Amino acid sequence: MIKVEGLTKRYARTLAVDNISFEVEKGQIVGFLGPNGAGKTTTMRVLTCFLPPTSGKVNVAGFDVLENPLEVKKRIGYLPETPPLYPEMEVVEYLTFVGKLKGISTGDINRRVDEVMGRCAIGDVRDKLIGKLSKGYRQRVGLAQAIIHNPDVLILDEPTSGLDPKQIIEIRELLKSLAGDHTIILSTHILSEVEHSCERVIIISQGRLVAIDSVANLTNRLRGSESVALEVEAADGHPNPTEVQQRLEQVAGVSRVVMKDSKNGRLSFEVESLQGRHIRADLARSVVNAGWSLNELRALGLSLEAIFLQLTGSEQKDEQKDEPKEQKDNQGDKQ
Amino acid sequence: MKNVLLICRKELKSYFASPIAYLLMAFFALIFGFGFYTAARDFVRFSFQASMMGQSQPMSVNEQIIRPLVGFASTVALFLVPMITMRLFAEEKRTGTIELLLTSPIDDIEIILGKWLGAMLLYLCVLGMSALNFAMLFLWGTPDLKPVLVAYLGLILQGGVLLAVGEFISTTTRNQIIAGGVTFFVCLLLWLLSWFTAFDSGATASVVSYLSIVTHFENFGKGVLDLKDVVFYLSMIFFALFITGRSMESLRWRS
Repeated sequence: MIKVEGLTKRYARTLAVDNISFEVEKGQIVGFLGPNGAGKTTTMRVLTCFLPPTSGKVNVAGFDVLENPLEVKKRIGYLPETPPLYPEMEVVEYLTFVGKLKGISTGDINRRVDEVMGRCAIGDVRDKLIGKLSKGYRQRVGLAQAIIHNPDVLILDEPTSGLDPKQIIEIRELLKSLAGDHTIILSTHILSEVEHSCERVIIISQGRLVAIDSVANLTNRLRGSESVALEVEAADGHPNPTEVQQRLEQVAGVSRVVMKDSKNGRLSFEVESLQGRHIRADLARSVVNAGWSLNELRALGLSLEAIFLQLTGSEQKDEQKDEPKEQKDNQGDKQ
Repeated sequence: MKNVLLICRKELKSYFASPIAYLLMAFFALIFGFGFYTAARDFVRFSFQASMMGQSQPMSVNEQIIRPLVGFASTVALFLVPMITMRLFAEEKRTGTIELLLTSPIDDIEIILGKWLGAMLLYLCVLGMSALNFAMLFLWGTPDLKPVLVAYLGLILQGGVLLAVGEFISTTTRNQIIAGGVTFFVCLLLWLLSWFTAFDSGATASVVSYLSIVTHFENFGKGVLDLKDVVFYLSMIFFALFITGRSMESLRWRS
C-alpha cells in the first residue's frame, strides 16, 4: 500500500530525513516512533504530498507522490499534529466543507458526516463552534475530518496527544475498527501507544531508520535483560541497607543493584539482570530465606527513553568507537 | 469550478463570522456617507446661488457629486484592501489549516481563485454601501446612469488588482500584521507612481505612469470606458494571481 524507497528530505541547511526505506502492507497499523525532531512529521508530510521529497521514490496506493499527487490525495486521510480546524465554523459545517473538499458528492455528504460523527463520538457537539470545543473534542473532530472520505490510507500525526485516558482508549478502539480496510500509519513518542494499537513499528531517530519490526519482536529483543523493583521492610535499622544490597548482588544472574530509597523502614532497590536471565523468583527466595519481609517485587517495563538509549544511544557510541559494528547493527535492524 | 466556489464560500463565511466584514462595511458607509453629505450640501448651496444669480445653465450632478466621490472611493479602497487580504493565507499558515487545503485533492489554482473571489465579494459588499448614497441621487435627481456604471466597473477592476496583489503578499508570511502592512505600502506605492511622473515625459515616465493604478482609473472616473484600461487591469490581475501560484508552489519546496 505504501512503498518508500530511499526517501531523503533536506531543508535549507538541515537534513530532516536521511535515506529511509520501508513498506506497509494493506490493512496494517504501523506505529512511527521517534523522539521530537526525528523526522516523523516530515516523512508523513511527504507521504501526504504536502512536501515533495528531495530524493527517493514514494508510492502511496499505487501512485507516485510527485507524478500523481491528486490521485494520492484522494486516497489519503491526514490528521496533522495540530488538527487543521477553522474555529469560526460549526462542527457539521466544517465536516461538510472538508467532505466536499475531498470530493464527496452532494448526495452522500450528509450521510457521511453523520457516520463519522457517530464513529468519533462528536454527535453531541455537532452545532457548536469549533473554537469553543475542548482539546479532546478538537482532536476527535480532526480525526473525523481525516476519515470522512473513507480513504485507503490514514496518516495520523500523534492522534492521542492532549486526550484523557478514557478518550485515548476510545481512539485506540476506533483505530482498531478502522484497520483491515484502511492502512494506518500513526506517529507517537509514547511506547504503550504503539504496543496497544500497532502491529509493526518503525523507529526513527535523527532522520534515520533505527529499527523496523513487529511489536512483539521488538519488545522481546529489548527486554532481553530484566529490570526489577524490589522493596524490603526494615524495622529498627535491621536489616541494614548494605547487608541487603550485598545479598541481592549474590543472586545468580544479577548484574547490578541500585539502592533507590530508604524511608519509613522501607528499603527500595532496583535490580537489573544479565542478558536473557529471569531473576525474580531467585530474588524473592533470597530475601525470604534471609528472614526479611518482602514488601514488593515488580518488573519494570522499559520506557521509550530506555529503548532509545538502547537503540539510538548505542548506535551513537558505536559511531564514535568503531564503524564496522554499527553497520552490522543496521543490517540486523533491517532484517 | 466547484472547488473554487467551495473555497470562496468558506472565505466569505470566515469574513462574516468575524466582525471584520461588518466593521469594514460600517466604517466605509460612515466615511463615504460623510463625503456624500459634504458634496451634496455644497452642490445644493452652489446651484441655489447660481439660480439666484440668474444663470440658466444647470450644474451637473455627475460632475459635481459622483465623480469626486468615486475618486474618493478608489482611494479608500487602498486602505480597505490590506484589511481584507491580510488573513487569506497568513492565517491558514499560522493555524495549520493550510495543511488541510494542500493535502486535499484540489489544485493550487482553485484555492487561489476561490480565495480571491471571496475577497472580491466582500469588497463588493463594502463598495455596495456607496450605492445607497447614489441611489438617493437617482431618486431626487436625474444624473446619467452610464458613467456611474463605468465608474463602478473601474472600482471593481482596480479592487481586483489590489486584492490579487494582497493575496500574493499574504502567501509570503504567516504573520497577518506583516501581510497587511506590506500590502498597504505596496498599494500606496502603486498609487504614488502617478505623482512621480506627473510632470515628466519620455519613455521611463510613460512606463512608470502606465504601471500606476490611478492613471488607469482616471478614465473610468470620468465615465469613459477604454479597452486599454480594462486590459491593463485584467492583465495585472492575471499576473498577480500567477505569482501567487508560484509563491504557493515555493511554499512547498521551502517550508
